[in-house]
Amino acid sequence: MPSPDIMQRKAVALISGGLDSLLAVRVMQEQGIYVEGINFFTGFCVEGHTHAIRKKDQKKPKRNNALWCAEQLGIKLHIIDIVEEYKDIVFNPRYGYGANLNPCLDCKIFMVKKAREWMEAHDFDFIITGEVVGQRPKSQRKDTMPVVQKDSGIEDRLLRPLCARNLPETLPEREGWVDREKLYEFFGRSRKPQMALAKQFGFEDYAQPAGGCCFLTDEQYSIKLQDLWKSRGSKQYEMDDIMLLKVGRHIRPAPNYKLIISREEGEGKFLQGYRKQYPSIKTTSHPGPLCLIDGDFAQHPLEQPQIEQAARIVARYSQGKNTDEVELEYRDTEGNTSNLRVSPLPPHELKKEWLI
Amino acid sequence: MTRHTLDCRRLLCPMPVIRVQDRIAELQPGDELEVICTDPGVMQDIPAWCNINGHLVLKQSIEDDEYILLIQVQEQTP
Repeated sequence: MPSPDIMQRKAVALISGGLDSLLAVRVMQEQGIYVEGINFFTGFCVEGHTHAIRKKDQKKPKRNNALWCAEQLGIKLHIIDIVEEYKDIVFNPRYGYGANLNPCLDCKIFMVKKAREWMEAHDFDFIITGEVVGQRPKSQRKDTMPVVQKDSGIEDRLLRPLCARNLPETLPEREGWVDREKLYEFFGRSRKPQMALAKQFGFEDYAQPAGGCCFLTDEQYSIKLQDLWKSRGSKQYEMDDIMLLKVGRHIRPAPNYKLIISREEGEGKFLQGYRKQYPSIKTTSHPGPLCLIDGDFAQHPLEQPQIEQAARIVARYSQGKNTDEVELEYRDTEGNTSNLRVSPLPPHELKKEWLI
Repeated sequence: MTRHTLDCRRLLCPMPVIRVQDRIAELQPGDELEVICTDPGVMQDIPAWCNINGHLVLKQSIEDDEYILLIQVQEQTP
């Protein structure tokens, strides 16, 4: 602890829930810095969601890793909902996308900017992140890291304790708030130095290295999001849209409608909560999935042959798929129902281009 | 002491945690907040959030597939 006549400096840490931010905070705590964490919720965070929905993921811990890290570190964590503001980053990234729809550099700039606003509002002194030079192809390069500092407005109040000695001195180092010699010079994609440091600090259980924490880095997810934008004629989404992209089989037999078909009981239960917002189909004669039908039906109404086609596809995924006929119930968003009897769609009639 | 209720049904983590965080910021020390959720993840995440932010979880229960937590708001130290 610092002596009473030395003001204890305060840092706000961007906490993803991965190992790097965990270590960055602990390095600061070792130097007597008071740290609180911020975790931003964009809507695309992998944390928990699919684990909560899918049975197959239920062996994984349901914990939120950012909260878990904060518990391990004994720091406060502020989880901030940025879903609405984040849309502009996804729609119009100034520095473009990565391999998929991941706007990593713009995302980092945005989060550091938001953290800076929090820092100023709460009278903190600087920001720390777990970034490592050369670890990420877009946002963690030697030439892009200064861009984050400049565009976010944080300038030299951003300290990256794990690679600080590879970077120019920052204000906390110059002012002697932290000792540069006790910071690290990690570089590149190897995780070995972080794992060794984790061992040194006594962290045995930690989340897998960050990077897989955002659905926008996932190819399949990005394809589904692009399909959504294409079908709507513009880049837009609501929270429910991006949640539903994480669930079920997505099949688009025609431009005006898409089927979201549950793959297991957990997903069926989850989709059930959306039956007042989306027309739905479920099998009644055989055990089978629940299907939501997505589309702008005020503009492009669903026609009866399309409902029947949808029913045939749903029947194809039910336990009646090898029978001549399956009975299903179609339900509109008002709760009005009608019964259908269809032959399940044979596999060869399910066109590859329908599968998203 | 006032008792409040927060409906977090159908919200997936971390949204229930964010709602709890924002609601508690408006309450007084000693107030109680009952939170009703459908995501089982809250049984881990809300107590974790309370633990690191100094609030007390008085009760956790499961009723009809709903996860219910009772939190007592504690005084915050600067």
